[in-house]
Amino acid sequence: MEYVIEMLNIRKEFPGIVANDDITVQLKKGEIHALLGENGAGKSTLMNVLFGLYQPEKGEIRVKGKKVSITNPNIANDLGIGMVHQHFMLVEPFTVTQNIILGNEPTKKGKIDIKKAEKEVQEISDKYGLKVDASAKISDISVGMQQRVEILKTLYRGADVLIFDEPTAVLTPQEIHELIEIMQSLIAEGKSIILITHKLKEIMQVCDRCTVIRKGKGIGTVDVADTSVSKLASLMVGRDVVFKTEKKPAEPKETVFKIENLVVKDSRKVSMVKGLDLEIRAGEIVGIAGVDGNGQSELVEAITGLRKSESGSITLKNKNIKNLSPRKVTESGIGHIPQDRHKYGLVLDYPVGANIVLQTYYKKPYSKASILDYKEIYKKAKEIIEEYDVRTPSEFTKARALSGGNQQKAIIGRELDRSPELLIAAQPTRGLDVGAIEFIHKRLIEERDKGRAVLLVSFELDEILDVSDRIAVMFDGKIVSTMKPEETNEHELGLLMAGSKASGAGESHDKE
Amino acid sequence: MRKNKFILLFALLLSLGLILAACGGGGSESESESEASGNEGDSEESSTDFSAAMVTDIGGVDDKSFNQSSWEGLKAWGEEHGLSKGNGIDYAQSNDKADYIPNLNRLIRDEYDLIFGIGFELKEDLQKVADQYPDTYFALVDDTIEADNGVSITFKEHQGSFLVGVAAALKTNTNKLGFVGGIDSPLINKFESGFIAGAKSVNPDIEIEVEYAESFGDAAKGKIIASNMYNNDIDIIYHASGGTGNGVFNEAKDLKQNDPDREIWVIGVDRDQHEEGQIGDHNVTLTSMVKRVDVAVQDVSNQTMNGEFPSGEVLEFGLEEEAISFATTNEEAMTDDIVSEVEEWQEKIASGEVEVPQTREETEAFVDGL
Amino acid sequence: MTKSNKLFTILIPIISVLLGLIAGAIIMLISGYNPILGYTALWNGAFGDAFTMGETVRRITPLLLTGLAVAFAFRTGLFNIGAEGQVIVGWLAAVWVGLAIDAPMIIHLPLAILASLAAGALWGFIPGLLKAKLGVHEVIVTIMMNYIALYSVNEIIRNVLTEQETTTDAISPSASLASEWLQGLTYFSRMHYGILIALFAAVTMWFIIQRTTIGYELKAVGFNQHASKYAGMNVSKNIILSMVISGAFAGLAGAMEGLGTYGTISIMSGFTNLGFDGIAVALLGANNAFGVILAAILFGVLKEGAGQMPTGAGVPTELVDIIIALIIFFVASSYIIRWILLRFKKEGK
Repeated sequence: MEYVIEMLNIRKEFPGIVANDDITVQLKKGEIHALLGENGAGKSTLMNVLFGLYQPEKGEIRVKGKKVSITNPNIANDLGIGMVHQHFMLVEPFTVTQNIILGNEPTKKGKIDIKKAEKEVQEISDKYGLKVDASAKISDISVGMQQRVEILKTLYRGADVLIFDEPTAVLTPQEIHELIEIMQSLIAEGKSIILITHKLKEIMQVCDRCTVIRKGKGIGTVDVADTSVSKLASLMVGRDVVFKTEKKPAEPKETVFKIENLVVKDSRKVSMVKGLDLEIRAGEIVGIAGVDGNGQSELVEAITGLRKSESGSITLKNKNIKNLSPRKVTESGIGHIPQDRHKYGLVLDYPVGANIVLQTYYKKPYSKASILDYKEIYKKAKEIIEEYDVRTPSEFTKARALSGGNQQKAIIGRELDRSPELLIAAQPTRGLDVGAIEFIHKRLIEERDKGRAVLLVSFELDEILDVSDRIAVMFDGKIVSTMKPEETNEHELGLLMAGSKASGAGESHDKE
Repeated sequence: MRKNKFILLFALLLSLGLILAACGGGGSESESESEASGNEGDSEESSTDFSAAMVTDIGGVDDKSFNQSSWEGLKAWGEEHGLSKGNGIDYAQSNDKADYIPNLNRLIRDEYDLIFGIGFELKEDLQKVADQYPDTYFALVDDTIEADNGVSITFKEHQGSFLVGVAAALKTNTNKLGFVGGIDSPLINKFESGFIAGAKSVNPDIEIEVEYAESFGDAAKGKIIASNMYNNDIDIIYHASGGTGNGVFNEAKDLKQNDPDREIWVIGVDRDQHEEGQIGDHNVTLTSMVKRVDVAVQDVSNQTMNGEFPSGEVLEFGLEEEAISFATTNEEAMTDDIVSEVEEWQEKIASGEVEVPQTREETEAFVDGL
Repeated sequence: MTKSNKLFTILIPIISVLLGLIAGAIIMLISGYNPILGYTALWNGAFGDAFTMGETVRRITPLLLTGLAVAFAFRTGLFNIGAEGQVIVGWLAAVWVGLAIDAPMIIHLPLAILASLAAGALWGFIPGLLKAKLGVHEVIVTIMMNYIALYSVNEIIRNVLTEQETTTDAISPSASLASEWLQGLTYFSRMHYGILIALFAAVTMWFIIQRTTIGYELKAVGFNQHASKYAGMNVSKNIILSMVISGAFAGLAGAMEGLGTYGTISIMSGFTNLGFDGIAVALLGANNAFGVILAAILFGVLKEGAGQMPTGAGVPTELVDIIIALIIFFVASSYIIRWILLRFKKEGK
């Protein structure tokens, strides 16, 4: 069998860390090869070595059997290796074509021949079924489309091997489905793909083989046909993983949180929440299912005081909390795990310890007469780090240096430590690996069992179905339907999220 | 991390100190060498032990005006007595106000016998050091100090300004003149007053626009003011603004270059600024109010060297002393008619028939009396 | 690894300064001047005798304060280019109080200093308010505020404090920071007690930033406004507060000049440059209070020493400016040197 790319016994060190230790990946022509590992396992480092951004200390890289030395990304491009980054590198005000030809512009008499380029781009798009409009502006197209522009970019530059770095993290279920089709058509056209991911379901769905990395070490390569989700998971984490979160049936008590007829506008003054009603009782987890952009973010921001509500009411324990300042909202007993932990959840340049008191620094014992008491702050931080298993060198380490999962654990520890009446968890497991997801789900359920109300907002249907006691489907700024998870399924939720009327619950068309 | 940066900076400073100390140590040898050679040179070349130096104001020694004129005077005096820069005569340039005191002290430490402070901005600082160092002689140009070891050199700029005002009034086609001052201060008001009085004496209907740049060193601003004035039909600008005036010249030259037929002029100040006005075959400098700071500097230097320091006096240099005059270098522009009429007025001033105003109030009274 | 890291942190600044000095020396050699003589003059100009040392300290004093001012705003993510204008209004306020009031020193001096703080704070408050409430960029506003300060202060000196004079009377001795004792010690240098105030201000900045909830909030807003808002901090209030405190530091620098160095205020024909140099001092000091002290010392020493180079070694003033700029450039760009060193080390392997 011919290998297109071979990375043999790669070792890459950073000061104090061995990021890759003796990893071997061999990519066959025409296969989708998964690179699986927890966050921080060394997947990205390995791919950066392949892409020429890092030089390995040991090992060799072969392309089509020939040993090569890739010292910069241009060489990788010339060898036909293209990377679709997780964070898109696109210039928003430019059109699709302009972005694609950027740095590689075809010229006619010194002028950019945009017409010709546009034609070429459109041809490639049609060939692989990407359905991209070559003349559209980046700022006008959806995230899914932007990703396709990134794919198009690598194809335009003649890539035969495409590396996808966590491509599904930003996509809706429908978009994921379409992406998989695109990947398959790429394979059909003779391309080879490396898929970096930690989502096991996707691997089972599309990949041929899978190389597992754990803590920088290559664990081995398996044929996907011969394995299962749980086997992959235990290979990745190094122990058995429980998938179905175990939980007792909920014992809901009185209603603590109530939203009536809430209207919220976004920053462009467009109503995003349009007369929404919602109740949450103590001791239950309500999951809000919905496609991104149906008003979930605005709803959460309105509850937490980050955004003004136009009308309606929000009450916690019969006390109005609508349009209070974020601090008043926090003090009235709401905990908030924000959707974007880098933007909202943490001051990344503060030490972990300082982040732990982000909402309480002005209170005793963390400060007295406006003077901070670092001893108390770091004592608290240490407690939370231990209790919530935040893996950090110390409480003095900057939050930036932590992995995503550990950052999230620190946030959750901070929010739960205040014992809030209502915990709002927005996308709490986004971008996290299995181990961290398991931990976070367990914690949410524990909170419920302590008699707290939990509002879970997630775009991952699995998570909603798995963790919630009650599911509220949000579409176009309203809750269109509520149901119990055991009475519904992914298919029905998907339809409701897409705006079709509620059908009879309990039907099951879609079994994995 | 923060600690690291701290250590870094500390180390940096320490190292700087060490290096400089090393240089200092190494340097002292060569310094004494050069001193020795310098002494040799002294005994051979110079005919006098007397030395003099000056501290410029912010305009700098090449301001093509006041400081430059002073240095030229000191240089000429030095040449006469076999002295050269760094060897009997010297200057210290000031980049800002805070430099005056260190510069003065530097020259005092270098044991100059006579130290000139050029410009009224040095008044307070020169007064201070004059009190502190009674054994050194100090001379302040353009303002007064009170000390036994100090002398004040002032000029009757209003007289010269009056004369160039007459010339401008005779030359103008638009009957509109401009005045650009450096800093609005009693000194520069003298220039303004004399100019207005002179122009109005010839033709009371002449309009004169007065602008102050609030700086003696801002050529860009001078250019903007000049541009506005020339746009407003003003055809002659008299500037009393040191380095700022270079902008006035530049604007006039730019306009002249674009449209060589346009009749616009600049009147220079302090030195004959004929050179500054040259653009191709044309010259935009009509005349200059020449203030012979160099004459005054040489004069005071000579007196002091000869042991006749005018202790505590306020020396006034004017037409009589030939320290104030007007330039006639641009013969094409300064026609014989103009020159002869200006000379008539010069005599009237010299004879006391005309009393030139020095302040705005006096100017008003003067103009009303015409 | 750690051992060589430590070596690095010491090596890099030394190399930076050395490179700056070498570059300056080359320039002097090319232009036909003796670099050893030049640097000797630089040294003597800064530390040659008691007078120059006194003057060096005097020059460091306001630079230290403007450095603190700029650094403080930087910590909140604000670029205070307005330190210049804040210095000018602080200077005016201090001298005004020094002239207008008659009181014993124990009241008069603190009052004059407070006036400078308040004036600078006001000059910082306006851009802070516009930034916080209307989103107007502070750089634009502070630049404009500089001009407003310069020209209105000149008008006030001319028309209110004096009658068309260029310099005010000297302030009453009860408001003066000048010290005959210090002057006597340093052969009539203008060194004054302000250096103590400046050092105290540095400690104050360190304390506010590191030890108080105010500093905690200010830094948080500087690092991440969204997270600060999420955490319940009032972002607008913090922006304004940061500019106010920053302005107060700069205003205090004005008091150093007004109450210490000059004892008067004169019509200014241009900016004092104290505020602009403060930007460089803050950056060089990594926006850290103690870093700013060291950077201000370096700056002050170079600037004061440079004055000696034309008379001491015959190096023209323009060339001196280039040499000083080169030294600062190399110190500031130590990053490049770090990079080169790392590269060397790697290739040596």
